[in-house]
Amino acid sequence: MLIQQFINGLTLGATYALIALGYTMVYGIIQLINFAHGDIYMIGAFIGVAVAGLVSNNFFLTLGAAMIGCVALGVTIERVAYRPLRRSSRLNLLITTIGVSIFLETFMVLLKGPQATGFPPILKTTTWRLGGLELSSIQLIILLVSLVLMAGLQLIVKYTKIGKAMRAASEDYDTASLMGININRVISFTFAIGSALAAAGGVLVGIYFNSVSPYMGVMAGLKAFVAAVLGGIGNIPGAMIGGLLLGLFEVFGVAAGFSTYKDAIAFALLIVILLVRPTGLLGRPIQRKV
Amino acid sequence: MLEVKEISVAYGVIEALKGISFTVREGEIVALIGANGAGKTTTLRTVSGLLRPRKGQIFYQGQEITRLSPHQIVAMGLTHVPEGRRVFARMTVMENLEMGAYTCRSRAEFKANLERVFQRFPRLAERKNQLAGTLSGGEQQMLAIGRALMSRPRMLLLDEPSMGLAPLLVREVFSIIKEINEAGTTILLVEQNARMALSIAHRAYVLQTGEIILEGPAAELMERPEVRKAYLGE
Ligand SMILES: Nc1ncnc2c1ncn2[C@@H]1O[C@H](COP(=O)(O)OP(=O)(O)O)[C@@H](O)[C@H]1O
Ligand SMILES: [Mg+2]
Repeated sequence: MLIQQFINGLTLGATYALIALGYTMVYGIIQLINFAHGDIYMIGAFIGVAVAGLVSNNFFLTLGAAMIGCVALGVTIERVAYRPLRRSSRLNLLITTIGVSIFLETFMVLLKGPQATGFPPILKTTTWRLGGLELSSIQLIILLVSLVLMAGLQLIVKYTKIGKAMRAASEDYDTASLMGININRVISFTFAIGSALAAAGGVLVGIYFNSVSPYMGVMAGLKAFVAAVLGGIGNIPGAMIGGLLLGLFEVFGVAAGFSTYKDAIAFALLIVILLVRPTGLLGRPIQRKV
Repeated sequence: MLEVKEISVAYGVIEALKGISFTVREGEIVALIGANGAGKTTTLRTVSGLLRPRKGQIFYQGQEITRLSPHQIVAMGLTHVPEGRRVFARMTVMENLEMGAYTCRSRAEFKANLERVFQRFPRLAERKNQLAGTLSGGEQQMLAIGRALMSRPRMLLLDEPSMGLAPLLVREVFSIIKEINEAGTTILLVEQNARMALSIAHRAYVLQTGEIILEGPAAELMERPEVRKAYLGE
């Protein structure tokens, strides 16, 4: 069932894309791989569970609360943990992101225990069948919500003042500041958007697989990172395409009989990209850095 | 208008500026000339807040700006056109100009600034929807200057605006700089092209390996044998 696999792949890929965007936007501006980004996604899922428990049956409220909660978290992490190190070496900053990642995971383990919990049933599941095809309402919602969020992101980046400042800063950080752009504000905004998208991904995946756990962000984060590299790190449409492609690769890989190696597919892909086209599909030649 | 007092700037252990002082008075064009590596760019980057001096102070319109961030300094009306133009290549000409007007408060102010810039640089109006990276070198320099004018600066820092341009364009750029100055903007001009810079400047400073070795009215410096020999190629 080619078309069925295609739908499944797109659904999975859309969630990778939502997470990948945060990696790529932050990298685009401060050349940092934020390894705590996958954990923001995880926290988003947990906030979703908590809120869904309170306001049963309200999907959009749950989604919104998780996004807002993670905006606050992402911006705070940047402010408290990363900003003071902005002028120190790249490696120090990278290690700090790993530290933050471990902190968030451990924190959730202490709070909720290491085991996975289910997601309260806030969406009633209907499954449409057409011929041999199956599309669940959850899949449809994942696709629609992702589409709307990504379109919204494109509009912000293309047309708003802060979005243009983001693009300017990702092209040339110093020159952007010479325009009167407050770079710290742009960086906070970037973390805010990236975290909101990751939180949305967390809630959607939590509902889709009916499972939320403190370590769910590890593999999802790594895969989304691969998706960002696949599309060309720093490139926003690249992250979207990279995410979707990775989802498709995985689903088709499993369908082709490599289910044991499901998680390895992403990393095999990473190795291939790095060998064949290190700048990714839409990546530009190595950036001029002065 | 700008007063730089004894600033020292270092990159790690390399001391790029060794306690230099200079002033720029309102309405002047002051040239800062010197060979490659003398510290001209470092000077401008320190004034605009991109670099922090180890020692010394910088005053702009009587206010100390030594520790302010670049965006705060731009908001005070002091704008820096960086070396090598540095236009945002993947953004359109219009978007570049919008970035230049980032500190603009109102739509009306933006429109008025845009109109003035388009008047001065009609080429930019023709190409407003084109990506800046596709412009020629001369056009990019016009864009870099036009972009800086969008913030309606009272003072401009220009870093080698003639770099890499054909002689005819160099002349054009310098005459534009002169016009901008005559319209009321104070200018600090950094140049390796000493002859052109001295021809439009009121006063000048000569920078050599991080120290100011000569200063005076531009016309006088032009006559000094050591300047003629080292910087005017005679
Ligand atoms: N980012 C940097 N790191 C280390 N040294 C630098 C850096 N930028 C400039 N320098 C050094 O500082 C000195 C002055 O450079 P610069 O201000 O660019 O000179 P100019 O603009 O007059 O050509 C040079 O010796 C240069 O090598
Ligand atoms: Mg220079």
